[in-house]
Formats: sequence, structure tokens, C-alpha cells
Amino acid sequence: MMTFEKIAMRDAFAQAAIEALEAGVDLMVLDSDVSKSTRSTVFGKAHPERFLNVGIAEANMLGIAAGLASAGMTPVVNSFAMLLALRSLDQLRQSIAYPRLNVKVMGHYAGYSAGPEGPSHHAIEDIGIMRSIPNMTVLVPSDAAEAHQAFMAAVQFDGPVYLRLARNPAPAVSSHREQFVIGQGYELRAGVDLTIVGTGVMVARALEATDRLAASGVSARVVAMPSIKPLDAAIIERAARETGGIVTAEEHNIYGGLGSAVAEVLGETVPAPMQRVGIRDCYAESGEWFELLDQYGLSVDAIVAAALQVMERKDQVGVTR
Amino acid sequence: MSHDPDLIVELQRQAKQVRQMVVEMIAAAGSGHPGGGLSAVEILTVLYHHVLQVDPARPDWPDRDRFVLSKGHGAAGWYAALCTRGYFPREWLGRFRQIGGKLVGHPDMRKAPGVDMSSGSLGQGLSAAIGMALAARYHAKDYRSYVLLGDGEIQEGQIWEAAMAAPHFQLDNLTAILDLNGVQLDGNVADIMPIDPVVDKWQAFGWHTIECADGHDIEQLLTAFDAAQAVKSRPAIIIAHTVKGKGVSFMEHQATWHGVSDPDRLPAALEEVTRL
Repeated sequence: MMTFEKIAMRDAFAQAAIEALEAGVDLMVLDSDVSKSTRSTVFGKAHPERFLNVGIAEANMLGIAAGLASAGMTPVVNSFAMLLALRSLDQLRQSIAYPRLNVKVMGHYAGYSAGPEGPSHHAIEDIGIMRSIPNMTVLVPSDAAEAHQAFMAAVQFDGPVYLRLARNPAPAVSSHREQFVIGQGYELRAGVDLTIVGTGVMVARALEATDRLAASGVSARVVAMPSIKPLDAAIIERAARETGGIVTAEEHNIYGGLGSAVAEVLGETVPAPMQRVGIRDCYAESGEWFELLDQYGLSVDAIVAAALQVMERKDQVGVTR
Repeated sequence: MSHDPDLIVELQRQAKQVRQMVVEMIAAAGSGHPGGGLSAVEILTVLYHHVLQVDPARPDWPDRDRFVLSKGHGAAGWYAALCTRGYFPREWLGRFRQIGGKLVGHPDMRKAPGVDMSSGSLGQGLSAAIGMALAARYHAKDYRSYVLLGDGEIQEGQIWEAAMAAPHFQLDNLTAILDLNGVQLDGNVADIMPIDPVVDKWQAFGWHTIECADGHDIEQLLTAFDAAQAVKSRPAIIIAHTVKGKGVSFMEHQATWHGVSDPDRLPAALEEVTRL
């Protein structure tokens, strides 16, 4: 079984922000009245002079961040992912992405991790939206250790970054890695029959699925893809060439996210049978985070089933590795 | 408070030049936004030729005063003011709104020197100017931030989020100017979605308000900017009564000339502003 991180991504973020400021980054952390939820309050208590609560006003927060960044600071804006991706999207595009300003956008409670709050608070469209905006970098860490590393990489990078964080502790899958490199995917498990490309919490589920598949004689490679944009096209191309089939797994609507991004690469390089595990274009309901993942097509079983479908399609089209 | 008569004459001369350039640029492009560019000519002239501490030779000077044109469609006015202040050669104006030119239809801070913030989608500039004013405070610098708002623009909700925030942060290094020309794209502001009582609204949000009865009168504008700079511990807004399309008889007060409604009349407009 997986071991769970003791801390959640949001706590890792708050710690990383404190470390970044103390290491000399000209940081300014902003929140819009959800600082207890996002944990930006932890940063605010440590460095009150570098923390700004703008109230329930996401649009204004993004605009203020643009002004701070234009004067050389590194603002970090915090809110729920669905608000940042949707409510203040115009501000992100006009005042931050278009002028390529150095603002870090922390999308908290992403995917289903707001659980019982219900679909109003679930973020299932954010990756697709953020990915479609020029100049944006989109990062989706899979656990707290990676969230910490991704934040550090984001503040060292000059330009707008969207960082997608889950609310609760998630299984630890990344902690053995030395550093986080924007634009790089990682092979977590070797395999020859197909490749499961996962992002966020679905990386852990992909690993579980490979155990199940191994029992059925299928050798699945697992690639973790914490950098959705820029995407590591080379690792996908190699996986398609070497294993001949791809499954993507993401906690996001089936349209516009990781599955779409991977399909774009395959379509233009090495077309291969592919199945996407994701939310089937619907809004969910209240429930605990992992209950919702299981209920809405993101279970380990769903990944196994998608993998077996890919194996079948490989046979049909006569893909030989 | 009286100002040096020579300064006033000089600023009037510059304003005339800026007004001509606005019409020239739009005539050359065959499109653009004459109404809201012309209403802001004197405001922009007084800012760039007197108020702002800037250096055209160093547009990225970290200690410069900042200016944001929140009503980004007034770009021709801003570009003309920047040009007369020496930020770029006059030839650039001929490529306004054209491919390969640096003067994009709405301001692009990565293209034109002196443009401190990109704008175009209305309602966002006040927030950005707050960010700039806060950055001055964090960096212990004494530069000031200015932002020009349109009166139709303040129908946007984000303006009021920002209006609430600036007094709370006690930003006395921030001055907003409201170009109160009374006309927006679809008609008169008072008919489309009234903003009155506009002075009371800003006061209620905690701003120091300064009314400028004639936003085309150089001396009145100088007095207003002096007053704004003297305000302590809260932001100030200059509410400047202006005329949309000022200087071109058939454009004045006309919503139809928010944009270019009839390109064939642009030569006549150019003739009028040249005669001024």
C-alpha cells in the first residue's frame, strides 16, 4: 500500500513560501479571504509585512499582483482553483499572461479535493483553461514533497505559473527525486506493454493499477507528468514508440487536460492506441475526495480497464513493439 | 494657487500637438477611438509634461512615477503624449494599429516604451496601480502611481473592489483621474447605466475627491494634481469633467465617435485640429 504524506500540499506550499522569502525572493503573498484554507495565513503570520488579504475580490487580487510584478516583485496569489481559473480569468489573461508578468497563481482545493463542498467548489476545468492561455506555465504536483519543489521551481522561473494543489494529504510518490524541473516528466516504473501517464493524485493510482496489471501479465510503464505546460513531449513520444499504447489519468474533465495534451503530441508524432481516464464531462456531488474519485471514473479499476482496452486495441490494429 | 503663466502656455502648446497627433494617428490607421482619446488630451499632457517624474531615456527607471491607462481604448492619447515627451520618434505614430508597428490598438507594455501596464479589457487598471503603489511602499521608494479611468469603465465591478481596497491600504501615493466625458460606446452614460452621484460614491469608499470643473483647462488640472499630491494617508481621485471628442466639432459629445463611425470624415477632423 501507499504511504500517505503527513502533510498536505497546501502546508508544503506555505512552508516553501516562507523558505523562498527567507532565501531572498522578493515575494508578496496575497489571499482573498481563504487564507486559513489555503494556509497562506501560515506565511502571513511568519511575515505579516509580506502578506496581503484583499477580501473576497479575486479580480482585484490578480490586478494588484500584476502591478506588484510590474515593479519587480514576485506576487503569489491564493484562492480556490475554480475561482482563479474562472472568476478572475480575464484579469489573469489581460493583466498577467498577456504582459508576461511574474505572478504565481496557486489553485487550491483543485479537482475533487474540496469534496463535500460540492461541484460549486470542485475544479475540473482549470488545467484545460490554463493550458490554453499563451505564456502560462501549468504545474500539477502529485504530493506534498513535489508541491514544495514545484513552488521553488516556480518562483525561480520568470513568468506566470499556475500551480494546482489538492486540499488533503495524498500518497507519497515523488519524494525520492532530487529536484523539480519545469517541462520534465518522470518514469516512475519501467514497463514494456503500455504506458500510463498520470498527473496529480492520479499518479499514485496509476502505480496501484500497474500492480494489478502485472498480476494479469501486463507490464505497464508509469510516467508522472507534473508539468502539463510545457509538456515533456519527448517522454510521451518515447513511451508510444517503445510500449505502443498510452493511458492518461487525471483528476480533470476529459476535455482539455492531460489526456488532450498527450493526444496532441501523439497525433503529431507517433499515433498509438490511447484511452483517457478522466471525468466524463459532468459535475459530481458532495462526497469525500477519494469517494468522488472512485465514483466518477477515476478509480484504480478504471485505469486497469482503460489499460486492458488499450491492449485490446493494440492487438486489433496490429501494433507491434 | 496660481501657476507660472509660461508653464501654462507651454502645456497648452503641447496639448495642441497631442490633440493633432491623436487625430493623425487615427486618420492614418483608418480606425481607433477618437472620442475617449481626445477627451483625455489635457490630462495626459499635464501628466507627461509636468506631473510625472519620468525619464524618456530610461523608460524602465525603477524609481519613475507610474501611469496606467485603465481606459485602454484611449491609447492614441497616451501614445501621443509619450511621443511629445520623447519616448519614441513621431514616425511610429504612422504605424498605430498596424502589423509590425509598436503602437498596438490597446496599450501593450512589452511593445511601446513608457507603457507601464497593458490594458484594453476595461476595469483592471486601478487594481494594477494599487499593486504599483504597494510595491513602492514595500521597496521604500517615493515614486507615485497614477491611473486614468473612463466614466463608462467604472460600471465594471472590479473598479469597486479596487476602490474599496486603496483607502484600506492608505495609499496616499496613488492618484486616480476620472475622465468624466459622459459618453460610452452605446450612448450617454446617464442613459446606459448611470454612475451618479459619482463624487459621493468615491467619497463613500474613502477616497479624497477633487473635482475639476473643466478637465481641458490646464490651470485647473495643475491645481487638481497639486491638491492630490498633498493628500495624506488615503488615495485621491480627480474627477475631471471633460468633453468626449474634444476639439473636433462633429465628434464632441457623440457616442457615434467613440470609435470611427465614418472614416471619410477623418480628413475634416484633421483639418479642424490643425487649425486650432
